[in-house]
Amino acid sequence: MRFSFATLLRHAFTGNTWPEQWRSPEPKSAYDVVVVGAGGHGLATAYYLATEHGIRNVAVLEKGWLGGGNTGRNTTIIRSNYLQDASAALYEHALKLWEGLAQALNYNVMYSPRGVLMLAHNEHDVRVFHRHVHANRLAGIDNEWLTPDQAQQFCPPLNISADLRYPVLGAALQRRGGVARHDAVAWGYARAASALGVDIVQNCEVTAIHRDASSGAVAGVETTRGPIAARKVAVVAAGHTSVVMAMAGVRLPLESFPLQALVSEPIKPVLPCVVMSNTIHAYVSQSDKGELVIGAGTDAYTSYSQTGGLHIVTHALEAICALFPTFRRLRMLRNWGGIVDVTPDRSPIIGLTPVPGLFVNCGWGTGGFKATPGSGHVFAATVARNEPHPMAAPFGLDRFRTGRLIDEAAAAAVAH
Amino acid sequence: MLLIRCPFCGPRPENEFSHAGEAHIARPPDPAAVDDAVWTDYLYTRSNPKGAQAERWRHSHGCGRFFNCLRDTVSDRIVATYLVGQKRPDAE
Repeated sequence: MRFSFATLLRHAFTGNTWPEQWRSPEPKSAYDVVVVGAGGHGLATAYYLATEHGIRNVAVLEKGWLGGGNTGRNTTIIRSNYLQDASAALYEHALKLWEGLAQALNYNVMYSPRGVLMLAHNEHDVRVFHRHVHANRLAGIDNEWLTPDQAQQFCPPLNISADLRYPVLGAALQRRGGVARHDAVAWGYARAASALGVDIVQNCEVTAIHRDASSGAVAGVETTRGPIAARKVAVVAAGHTSVVMAMAGVRLPLESFPLQALVSEPIKPVLPCVVMSNTIHAYVSQSDKGELVIGAGTDAYTSYSQTGGLHIVTHALEAICALFPTFRRLRMLRNWGGIVDVTPDRSPIIGLTPVPGLFVNCGWGTGGFKATPGSGHVFAATVARNEPHPMAAPFGLDRFRTGRLIDEAAAAAVAH
Repeated sequence: MLLIRCPFCGPRPENEFSHAGEAHIARPPDPAAVDDAVWTDYLYTRSNPKGAQAERWRHSHGCGRFFNCLRDTVSDRIVATYLVGQKRPDAE
């Protein structure tokens, strides 16, 4: 079924329940490609395998429910103002796909380019942000410098008083940045991929990766719903990547940390853009439901607990209250954690592995949501062609051996 | 917030400490003698286990000393803290 104004109108008058938007088939005994992880990145990978490469005999296996990991736990911020050429190109590729995604999927992902304002609070911030703005503009990516007054004009509730412990000295603004509806992204990709023949199998945990005894190549996976043969296995398991890859004997430069977020009670529209502050550590936007969506930092220690310390959240709220004194009276409704896989250079790992037929897309750390369409797009090409997509090539696993790291610790925003 | 027992100072709140990554990773004694793969493993490759993990902590706002800790990364429960150089305890 295609969504259109006519179908919405017809549905409004007939009042029937909407049909399920994707199939839930029993897993087959063999596929051309098995994708491990039905988050945004995994589903996007399957979708682009089907649309761009004609590979439709694909299963996406999910140990929990679709989009229930970091896809459903992040703060949905989208931007592409990264410093290094390789990452700017990759995130900008994703941003361009975001702009046409709702049309391509025939599903409203609610992409809202309302602007991402990144605040500078000290001389060092000011210089670093100027450097970012210049680097981005040379790379053809929009980013501009605002004075404190201009920042407040763009975001009226922002406190630019000189009395702040860390006063706002200016801000970098990417106007094309913004937010999207995280669940809709997973659902839209799932629906489109399923319609093309991709099997999405939930409640199906991978428990082992089978390898051919003579060649060592991937032969399939063992799951809680039986064995599934596949010549290509693409692991997109975010915080659990180390666990899954260990099943094939592959060790990675990853550490998994809890990252927390929280939402306030819903209020009328008050915050017109996304505001981020690396230095005093907070980021906030307002959802269409009216809740303030607030991101905190990672915990100090590695963990798979999907919870974090209250002091981390408290720290973020103190920063929010300093920047937006009017938010002091708000109550917080929910708080949760997700497990993010962090690399030494804060850039993702996309590509082939030492095991033939085994591919990995991981290490997105605290900022993977924004890359969802681009990540799936270049990873699908990598899996289909058995060689890195040109845009993914710099993000290969071998960069840790060659030393060609892509250092984005400053652009990743979240302190970790 | 974790309550961590510093082997030198006793139990203290987590925010007195800095996490310092996986424990028991030995630096190759002669870096020039090993190939790039071994050096990469030493620098970057981590076990990142789901379950018992031996890790280093530093009591940075206390005695300033490093020590090791065995912690379950699913429950975050600390099984034991012990001195650098001591053998990793059993995870029960």
